Amino acid sequence: MADLQVSIGALKMKTPVMVASGTFGYGPEYAQLVDLNQLGAIVVKGIASEPTKGNPPPRTFETPSGLLNAIGLPNPGVEGFITEYLPFLRQHTVPVVVNIWGRTIEEYVAVARRLSEADGVHALEVNVSCPNIKEGSALFGTDLDAFTRVVEAVRAATTLPLIPKLAPNVADIGAFARAAENAGADGISLINSLPAMAVNIETRRPELGNGTGGLTGAAIHPFAVKMVWEAARAVQIPVIGIGGITNARDALEFLIVGAHAVAVGTASFTDPNTALDVTAGIADYLDRHGYPSVDALRGTLKWER
Amino acid sequence: MHCVTAEVIHQEVVHGGYRVLQLRAPDLVPHVQPGQFVHVRVPHMEAAVLRRPFSVYKADGDVLQILYKGVGKGTRTMTFLAPGDTLSLLGPLGHGFPTLQPGNDPILIAGGYGMAALYLLARQLPVKGVAFFGGRSAPDILCVPEFEALGWDVRIATEDGSLGTAGRVTVLMDDWWAARSHDAAHVEAYACGPNGMLQAVAARAQQHDWTAWVSVDRNMGCGVGACLTCVLKTRTPEGDWVWQRSCTEGPVFDSRQIVWDAEGAS
Repeated sequence: MADLQVSIGALKMKTPVMVASGTFGYGPEYAQLVDLNQLGAIVVKGIASEPTKGNPPPRTFETPSGLLNAIGLPNPGVEGFITEYLPFLRQHTVPVVVNIWGRTIEEYVAVARRLSEADGVHALEVNVSCPNIKEGSALFGTDLDAFTRVVEAVRAATTLPLIPKLAPNVADIGAFARAAENAGADGISLINSLPAMAVNIETRRPELGNGTGGLTGAAIHPFAVKMVWEAARAVQIPVIGIGGITNARDALEFLIVGAHAVAVGTASFTDPNTALDVTAGIADYLDRHGYPSVDALRGTLKWER
Repeated sequence: MHCVTAEVIHQEVVHGGYRVLQLRAPDLVPHVQPGQFVHVRVPHMEAAVLRRPFSVYKADGDVLQILYKGVGKGTRTMTFLAPGDTLSLLGPLGHGFPTLQPGNDPILIAGGYGMAALYLLARQLPVKGVAFFGGRSAPDILCVPEFEALGWDVRIATEDGSLGTAGRVTVLMDDWWAARSHDAAHVEAYACGPNGMLQAVAARAQQHDWTAWVSVDRNMGCGVGACLTCVLKTRTPEGDWVWQRSCTEGPVFDSRQIVWDAEGAS
């Protein structure tokens, strides 16, 4: 059987399939349904320095092959996460990646420092691209200088593997990927949700309480594949492909265009075991095509131009 | 909590477009408590990323029954399900109704599908009392013979007056309360229906010092507490408020805990 192990810097995963931030809670929510230890890693829902309540409902709205959301990053704060959820996660062998966010660089640094002291955190994913926070966090995702500053600041604050999660709504994703690499990131993940909107034509009001939100789900997958392809060509550091994976084929596309690993997001809502089904499908594909490992398949896109 | 493949045994129209879907789900059914729900992956809906939540109507042996009406994309697709079809079923989910405190008088208040959602509770409660059923029109009044067979005193109101008293179900409740002896036992109400009805029940619970358990119906995402779609505002003992998940902390809440607003529940 093919070797499924992959590494993102010092983050060692026994499979290349993670579950994406915001779609798997903090772990306990799915623990009765999914064998957490079979996942490549759990990326927990975004954590900030202080507790946050999040947006008014409606927080999600189903679109064709997609889900529009503006949850607003509700979270128990870094201390709440450490006391309420880390003890549970420590009982498992699955690596824990904590998605972090802040309204200022100082807030990012504070969360990163605190989590670096905590036992049971294996990597940090830096959320610079959530479109649902009004205080300006989105700027970190789309302004190259602001992005560089926040990644450099968090890098200086932690020795944990650092994975900035890139916003998709930029003109040149390669520039952001390179900026992350130059700032000392161990890997990058992309894409975050696409800024989007839906309107109820009867009430003429937005379908989301927040007005606008981010689109996820199968609808965004081909867009994500193109972004991952561009980012992977721009850098040497590992890339985690995220966006609309519902089956092994979707995940394999990311690997073929250059991703080291992938994360399953919205599809976990449809079927909690999607990530494990994808893992089995990748293993089967590698065996059928004679690839000894995930790494052997990576970036093997055939395209003569 | 289980995620199982369930087989369709039978589907029939009850009346007024309401249908009962019978599913065989031996690993799930024995765990169902009154007031809990199941999350259905509707077959032949590839473009739908979300499951659809349904109250459990009946759960006996290895058979689970759902009572629904084809009104939306998901439920209309479900009307085509036939014996032998299979679907993915997640559940049982959420916190259902607590059992009656000894000495209390139970009442049930239901609107539309809410009647089906209260059936298991109605069967399980050790004491029976009055069941207030409301709906827009006669076809929206469901399960009456079944509740009567369990020993409930069913009283009906329809907004168009086509069955029972004309008006809202709260009219029946108010009449019942006015005629009731003031030294009678403490009332414990169990309600399921539209948010406006639940809010009206909550107002009476507040006014008359009843205990009221209301089952809320919110837009739902994952069903297991991860996505935080189905939140509603609830009071904290400290006088503040927090969002709580109707899929996990609910769908049944103490009515005094909910921060109600113009839409029924915020």
